[in-house]
Amino acid sequence: MARAAVLRRLTWAIAEVVDRTDETARVRSLTLEVPDWSGHLPGQHIDVRLTAEDGYRAQRSYSIATPADGTRVTITVERLDDGEVSPYLADVLVIGDKVELRGPIGGYFVWEPGRGGPLCLIAGGSGIAPLMAMLRSRVAARSDVPVRMLGSWRSADDIIYADELAAIARDDDGVSITHTLTRSAPDSWTGRRGRFDAESLSSLAWPPAAEPLTYICGPTGFVEAVASALVGLGHDPARILTERFGPTGG
Amino acid sequence: MGSTISEQPHGSAGSREVTAMTFVSRGFKRREGPAAPEDRLPPGQYLTRDFPVLSAGPTPRIGLDDWRFEVAGEVDQPRGWSWAEFTALPADDVTVDIHCVTKWSKLDTQWKGVSVDTLLEGVQTAAAHAMVHSYGGYTTNLPLEDLRDHKAWVAYQFNGEPLEPEHGGPARLLVPHLYFWKSAKWVRAIELRATDAPGFWEGYGYHNYGDPWREQRYSGD
Repeated sequence: MARAAVLRRLTWAIAEVVDRTDETARVRSLTLEVPDWSGHLPGQHIDVRLTAEDGYRAQRSYSIATPADGTRVTITVERLDDGEVSPYLADVLVIGDKVELRGPIGGYFVWEPGRGGPLCLIAGGSGIAPLMAMLRSRVAARSDVPVRMLGSWRSADDIIYADELAAIARDDDGVSITHTLTRSAPDSWTGRRGRFDAESLSSLAWPPAAEPLTYICGPTGFVEAVASALVGLGHDPARILTERFGPTGG
Repeated sequence: MGSTISEQPHGSAGSREVTAMTFVSRGFKRREGPAAPEDRLPPGQYLTRDFPVLSAGPTPRIGLDDWRFEVAGEVDQPRGWSWAEFTALPADDVTVDIHCVTKWSKLDTQWKGVSVDTLLEGVQTAAAHAMVHSYGGYTTNLPLEDLRDHKAWVAYQFNGEPLEPEHGGPARLLVPHLYFWKSAKWVRAIELRATDAPGFWEGYGYHNYGDPWREQRYSGD
């Protein structure tokens, strides 16, 4: 299904920024209106291309954080201070600006309600973006696939989509959301602290016998550690899907 | 390379002039700092000094006692090597630039591995295509001629050290003239084939050949 959908030529389109949301001090979401957008599956990404006055060009990939919504896509960008593209997207672009992009790209790291579950979504930092598209698609479809979402953040201020996640967990018995803070936590923090490891995952993720579908996205070290721990706990590697980004990326 | 962004809308009668205009990103500038020599950075790529990892699933762990490498498919006789046999084959030290479809390039990477020419020595085949198979189930396809004539290796050392599992160890294919997804990690077999067929990423819309200098990222590029 996804295969047929992506086996066509991907042409560059000029999209317009129609909304901008501050998610955290370092993370901003941009909603883009894309002429002739073909639609996409939760988990797919786009390539963004920037062109300078002198003709210099830079391209990067960004996961789409929203399920299909007509001709609109939302990306969530973490500003990397030594980056070339992310500071531009996060700080320079304003509503009404244009940006070149093409997509959707990818077709393996995708989930939609018809794929079933139970579903485990494990995010390291801004790796939550494609997983948010999956969770939002489940909510929009009023699916009853049970979901456990786990988020790993440096501090409470770094949690992306915090209010929306809290509302989803409150309103939907089928969704549980657990955050862990790895660097600093306020005294008032009653949630988990420290990195996800085999011990915490053995209770927070679904048991292997439930044959869950598990999606992990985050920095390389995070994804390696979590995926290896799950395989060690007896999970079928074929039902663990990963997407990693390196320390650079820009 | 063209920077034409307007495409001719279909359907209007008579000839119509296409207005070529260059899209410029308002306020975007090239980042200051060291840049790669232009003749070593394919279009759309940027330089990294790290070694990012891209894999679709958990990293498979293959014990060296269980490891085998095979040349199979349309051959007169399949052949295979244990780890001890494989690492006893003549090996090359190669220094190459690598280019990932996710846009990073890394210059002057140093590998040690067995040339695919060595693995195909004496193999009788009429095959024109190859499917490369990995532990963990990954596959990628390429023309057999892209594996011949000192263009491809099965590498088991990086920077003088055993290749780490997350980078494809114990051994990975190294085909530096194509995007790096063709350099299959955790490689276990080269299957020679009379006909072409898409591998893993090729089946999800990535380019069938993947030449970074022609920016063949996705199907149709």
